[in-house]
Amino acid sequence: MSAQIHGVLPFDKEKRKQIKFSDDALQTIENIKKRYPEGKQKSALIPVLHIAQAENDGWLSPEVMDYVAELLNISPIEVFEVASFYTMFNLKPVGKCVLEVCRTSSCWLNGANEIVAYIEKKLGIKEGETTPDGMFTLKTVECLGSCGTAPMMQCGASYHENLTFEKIDAIIEKYRKENKRRNYTDLDWENTK
Amino acid sequence: MGRKLLLDKIHIPGIQSYEVYRQNGGYTAVEKALKNYSPDQIVEEVKKSGLRGRGGAGFPTGMKWSFLAKPPGVPRYLLCNADESEPGTFKDRYLMEHIPHLLIEGMIISSYALGANTSYIYIRGEYFYVSRILEKAIAEAYQHGWLGKNILGTDYSLDLYVQVGAGAYICGEETALIESLEGKRGNPRIKPPFPAVAGLWGCPTVVNNVETISAVVPIINIGGEEYAKIGIGKSTGTKLISASGHINKPGVYEIELGLPVEEFIYSDEYCGGIRNGKKLKAVVAGGSSVPILPAELILKTAKGEPRLMSYESLADGGFQTGTMLGSGGFIVMDEDTSVVENLYTFTRFYHHESCGQCSPCREGTGWMEKILKKFIDGTATMSDVDLLWDIQSKIDGRTICPLGDAASWPVASAIRHFRHEFEEAVRNKGIKKVNYYNKRWGLVEV
Repeated sequence: MSAQIHGVLPFDKEKRKQIKFSDDALQTIENIKKRYPEGKQKSALIPVLHIAQAENDGWLSPEVMDYVAELLNISPIEVFEVASFYTMFNLKPVGKCVLEVCRTSSCWLNGANEIVAYIEKKLGIKEGETTPDGMFTLKTVECLGSCGTAPMMQCGASYHENLTFEKIDAIIEKYRKENKRRNYTDLDWENTK
Repeated sequence: MGRKLLLDKIHIPGIQSYEVYRQNGGYTAVEKALKNYSPDQIVEEVKKSGLRGRGGAGFPTGMKWSFLAKPPGVPRYLLCNADESEPGTFKDRYLMEHIPHLLIEGMIISSYALGANTSYIYIRGEYFYVSRILEKAIAEAYQHGWLGKNILGTDYSLDLYVQVGAGAYICGEETALIESLEGKRGNPRIKPPFPAVAGLWGCPTVVNNVETISAVVPIINIGGEEYAKIGIGKSTGTKLISASGHINKPGVYEIELGLPVEEFIYSDEYCGGIRNGKKLKAVVAGGSSVPILPAELILKTAKGEPRLMSYESLADGGFQTGTMLGSGGFIVMDEDTSVVENLYTFTRFYHHESCGQCSPCREGTGWMEKILKKFIDGTATMSDVDLLWDIQSKIDGRTICPLGDAASWPVASAIRHFRHEFEEAVRNKGIKKVNYYNKRWGLVEV
């Protein structure tokens, strides 16, 4: 085995033993692996990490990355180097709903800074922080390809576009009431144009 | 009204579904291609059409296809670049979301032309919901025999898959896209070898943008020669423009190349003029990477001719007085906008998105971001303007991939055309605060 993740990140062997994805997730992973030629199953890594994140409360722990390595028969460090490169993978725990506000050019030109300030005040947290109840994490992100419907934010698989303060109030209230985790892989995405 | 080839059916209710798409002439181009043309003849049609890559570089598609190596017994791959991440660009998302079968139809014809039996659409991870739309459409296409074994009873077979990324602008660079599809970090490769020779898993590979592949459908339907008659000069056909910023009607517009910029900005058919009756200050015409131009230079070239929406006209005057069509991400700024602060958002973006392989880009983008922040905070000095110029000039052309160039051009052009704004920010110890949210929703007297 090449380099292990254990030496790089804190690693809990007991936690690792308890990790087991749902049957649905494992079946989806098997199907994804079939998209590539024999011996090229490492190509499944990014799609599988999305599933892993959804299976593990929205983040990739060292133990989960180790488990994914086993599923794809690659070394754990190969998983970590990919997980740490792409911004959609969280290497630390996050709230159930991660509000990702776009703030590049077109969104900035249409009030992204004011949107961030409004959410910060409303939730009593700063950009990058999570509410004490673990419900919301606020993030600022770079261009999400929604420039014509700016300002906007993403939460899980949903795009919330043409944002107003009232719209934000409604979204936050709805999410709080539903009290469920929102993942990129969700099927019940909705776009509020 | 300009001619529409990609969005002509977009307003038909239910066009997302297979049935409606098929009832409205969908998949006839596949029938025509597989029954009447050999793969080489399709490459010829695309060459005749003059189609140029719609992702940003504008390289002739037919020529790119003809470079593909064809060693016997080695699989070839077509990859669709749906990693659309260039700030100001959202046309591919619009196409895939609203008329997904057009891309699938284009993928079948293009894969057939290239002799690829497995193809992938690599889509940015944030567009996860769009990947679901594509997957549903692909399942429908399989169900009706347009994908899978022996399509239309021919000996041509094709499997098509969607691959999601996970948030990295750099994966829009074709070799980074390939690395990412191989399950690695999105670090661009040193070229040569080019993907046409050694791409995905070391096999010959073509990477084309969503809009480019979609355009192959009308090219087959009307013929390459007919397609080439649309547009102007070497800018043939139609182009999707993503219009955003301070305009009355932001959105995706299909234009015939050669449309005057002034008409595009002010006509009610397109952007509908500047919001709140404001004056036009500047435009970034082709996505964040291309040089920003002040109003007078975007409407007219330095020679005083009307500027047109075409590869050549937008580039007229080189980087001194011109810009690029790029991806068609058209960002409009009104008179109240701070060019310096807008540039800060671009530079922060490039710093965030640099993959970190090449020192000039990794370090330079970070330095530029820090210096630009000083202009906003009011701590910059006059020499910082020259320092910025110096840093950008040392990134341009000195990196493995074009992200370094893309990070330097906006800085260079902002200083070239708006140096006085940087100097004002130094003199005034900061930049005048504008509430862009209130402007957006017309909440104040503006």
